[in-house]
Amino acid sequence: MKTPEKQPEITPEVIASHGLTPDEYERILKWLGRTPTLTELGIFSVMWSEHCSYKSSRVHLKRLPTKSKLVMQGPGENAGIIDIGGEWACAFKIESHNHPSFVEPFQGATTGVGGILRDIFTMGARPVAVMDSLRFGHLRHQDDPAMDRATLHKNQSVVDGVVGGVASYGNCFGVPNVGGETRFESCYNGNPLVNAFALGLVKKNEIFYASAAGAGNPVIYVGSKTGKDGIHGATMASEEFSEGSEAKRPNVQVGDPFMEKLLLEACLEAMQTGAIVGIQDMGAAGLTCSTCELGGRGGVGLEIELDRVPQRETGMSSYEIMLSESQERMLLVAQKGREEEVFQVFRKWGLDASTVGEVIPENTMRVKHHGVTVAEIPNEALTDDAPLYHRPVGEWISPAPKDKPAGLQLGAKSLFNTEFEKLLASPNISAKNWVYEQYDSMVQTNTMQGPGQLAGVIRIKGTERALSMALYGNGRWCYLDPKLGAEHNVARASRMVACTGARPVAATNCLNFGNPEKPPIMGQFSDVIDGLGEACNALETPITGGNVSFYNETLGEAIYPTPVLGIVGILSDVTKAVGSVATAAGQSIVLLAPEKKAHGSQAQNEFGSSEYAVHVLGGMWGVPPQLDLKAEKSLQDALQKLAAEKLLLAARDIAEGGIAASVAKLVFARELGAEIELLSAGLPAECVLFAEDATRALLVCDPSRVKDVAAIAVNYGLNAQAIGTTTAGTFTVSVDGKKAIDGAAEGFRRSWRQALETALEPEAEAVGV
Amino acid sequence: MKFGVIIFPGSNCDHDAYWAFKEVCGQPAALLWHDSHDLENSDVIVVPGGFSYGDYLRTGAIARFSPIMESVRKFAAAGGLVIGICNGFQILCEAKLLPGVLLRNKTLKYICKPVHLRVENTDTPFTHSLTKGEVLEIPIGHGDGNYFCDDATLSQLNRNQQVIFRYATPSGEVTPEANPNGSLENIAGVCNEGRNVLGMMPHPERASEDLLGMKDGLKILQALAGSTTSMR
Repeated sequence: MKTPEKQPEITPEVIASHGLTPDEYERILKWLGRTPTLTELGIFSVMWSEHCSYKSSRVHLKRLPTKSKLVMQGPGENAGIIDIGGEWACAFKIESHNHPSFVEPFQGATTGVGGILRDIFTMGARPVAVMDSLRFGHLRHQDDPAMDRATLHKNQSVVDGVVGGVASYGNCFGVPNVGGETRFESCYNGNPLVNAFALGLVKKNEIFYASAAGAGNPVIYVGSKTGKDGIHGATMASEEFSEGSEAKRPNVQVGDPFMEKLLLEACLEAMQTGAIVGIQDMGAAGLTCSTCELGGRGGVGLEIELDRVPQRETGMSSYEIMLSESQERMLLVAQKGREEEVFQVFRKWGLDASTVGEVIPENTMRVKHHGVTVAEIPNEALTDDAPLYHRPVGEWISPAPKDKPAGLQLGAKSLFNTEFEKLLASPNISAKNWVYEQYDSMVQTNTMQGPGQLAGVIRIKGTERALSMALYGNGRWCYLDPKLGAEHNVARASRMVACTGARPVAATNCLNFGNPEKPPIMGQFSDVIDGLGEACNALETPITGGNVSFYNETLGEAIYPTPVLGIVGILSDVTKAVGSVATAAGQSIVLLAPEKKAHGSQAQNEFGSSEYAVHVLGGMWGVPPQLDLKAEKSLQDALQKLAAEKLLLAARDIAEGGIAASVAKLVFARELGAEIELLSAGLPAECVLFAEDATRALLVCDPSRVKDVAAIAVNYGLNAQAIGTTTAGTFTVSVDGKKAIDGAAEGFRRSWRQALETALEPEAEAVGV
Repeated sequence: MKFGVIIFPGSNCDHDAYWAFKEVCGQPAALLWHDSHDLENSDVIVVPGGFSYGDYLRTGAIARFSPIMESVRKFAAAGGLVIGICNGFQILCEAKLLPGVLLRNKTLKYICKPVHLRVENTDTPFTHSLTKGEVLEIPIGHGDGNYFCDDATLSQLNRNQQVIFRYATPSGEVTPEANPNGSLENIAGVCNEGRNVLGMMPHPERASEDLLGMKDGLKILQALAGSTTSMR
């Protein structure tokens, strides 16, 4: 018999080192009616961390729309679930793993992917697609002249590590990476963002929930053994970074995708036995979180004995076992008497499974170690009744100038070949093959459209249906105007899905922000929530879940507010999916947009938010483009109708780099060119070519079908105007009959295609600083 | 023709191969568990892609010790048809059913993209309905596809026409630029001396349906499905 461990004294220093305020400690005393043990203090500190409790964001998140006829499960579970027709539903969610990915890029990214995959298969859904939204600091001196050499090198190693980590985990696990986005801004220098999205399929009558029931039912631990890795990971994710962040490396967990693959197969097989009552993965806050949440959701309690928890090393304390964030672990509740059926499955897959406790009627989490109770806490104290803060909401005023700097003149130039090449090679427009060719995008043989296309599209085997999905998060626009920027993010992600012919039906979001204790940051957050709410309502894409990541600051410098939206759409006829690349020369290119309204000086103010302004002119000013959500809905409806009528050979919306860059992306994938003619309507040529006005799409169709396309557009209050054709070798864009861009497509294509690879090659590091 | 697809812990293209043979080619198919010796009367054994045992020691190095591989060895020795795709190719090399090894890609990175293959030889049950010199577009997805063997083995492979596929340009030229992973002489697939065991890094099952945008892989699957020249 082991002797009970000594619990050290709880001093103000110990409390502070757990990131708990004196007020929060008072709350703990009130809940317990006594001094907590160190183990209990640790449990409170992780469950009440920003990362787990959403204590700063919850009051705002309530304003988001979360319901529709198709939503079967909204926020609050491991993932949202929507009805996709027939016997099928899909579970999906996006989650951040930002802090670990800066401290240890490779492992931070792997465990981010691992965590979101477990959230999906915990619900009984087999993951069939992942996507990632990544943000990094710049990789070329020219993109951020103020950046020092050390930062440049750090950025390169973060990109290399994060992409390698995402690849390593997803590839081995065997889930296709079907898209996502990689963007670069200086504000992510010390704070890269790694947001991982996963989507899984589950039959409607086979969904599992993270809820325990039935006093006396056994609590079973499955998967990897518990080690000392990742202790206090959730707390780390709730702090700003300072100089000593490298010392937090031991807080980052290590991922084992092979173990996760076995866990997936074993869990799905065990669920088929019918012996499982509830199941939850051990992610942030590990065994602590799964124990109190399984009990709390079911209105019961879990009592566990830590001696029975499989451990990687001897002599671990109850504190360490409860707070470990070792990966690839699950906690489940089985029907009493049917444990053996569950064990049999896990044995088949060579996994540890052991009964560690049982369900108790009290709504309490009770933890024993060597037979002695080391923690006993009401579930609600850790979950529903965790602290809730109405943080002061200040006003966010964009520090960027409202007007175009006097030294910059628009409308003076007529030929833009050099500028266009520079734009195509700029970080947010250049081809991302270097990233996505490291990801297996085709495993499971469902990928109809993968990375490099606008959205990911996967067919659902055994049905006529397909799912379309896209991620988008323009941080710069949210920095300039959080509410309008957030609306754009919803609109664009949804538009990308609509371009494939699918009906966008639901959303997930990952909200990345700075320190919520600063009123202007909460101002950004509150505005973003308002924008998301309005846009999701207007476009009928309720939010079914997601994640908030605060404290994305290094040395007091916050990132741009970066709400990343994931939108999922349904294609009821798989054969009607539309791609986003033109496939042959001689096809018509049509611009679909609302009737043009007079723009005037507003156009120049909006132009300051574009990639051209930032990366070619070297300035940022003004506001994001206006957005009319009603017109946006019409455009997206029209795109679906055009696809359903099989009129489209390809469709791509107009985004970063404006019409010129969007045409380029439309034709470059198949090494084609284009001949385009535009009218200026009095605007500077830069705005005509490169402005990023929303609610516009480029359609590719057979020349004989242009009039059919136009006829449908009219019904949606839109204008479909043929602006050119695809060609075999030249790339020209004329404005008012004068050639503004004129060259060989291959030359422009090479600028676009090679920029990222060149930036990441070792010799590119020699760029003088 | 009945196709038996092996499942090792960590296989992840097992169900893709099963789907392709069963649903796309319309052939009987079975999934075979690594821990068993029973090949369930399969006519063709498929060693699928994935990361058997996590590929943690060396790709394919642990899988070759699985009980089912003893049966596969006997099956192949008796002339039975065996195809190894990607990780399956690596396993067959480790099991010495095929010559050579697969090293890390020369870029040291995983690569997933469509590539072009030139059909080098049609005197196998896997390529008998193809044309020599024909170019196929089929995707790869691997971190260790860099084929290597010693000089003696290489000249033997060439002499016996055991190189079945080479990475090539879309027009069929075997050039360094067309070689995605550093493979010796652009080798993408080889067979054994008996010509009844094939290993290839590209994934034909990923290029077998219109919906997937590529269909050339189906030619290999169908050649196999229609193969009446089982050498057993």
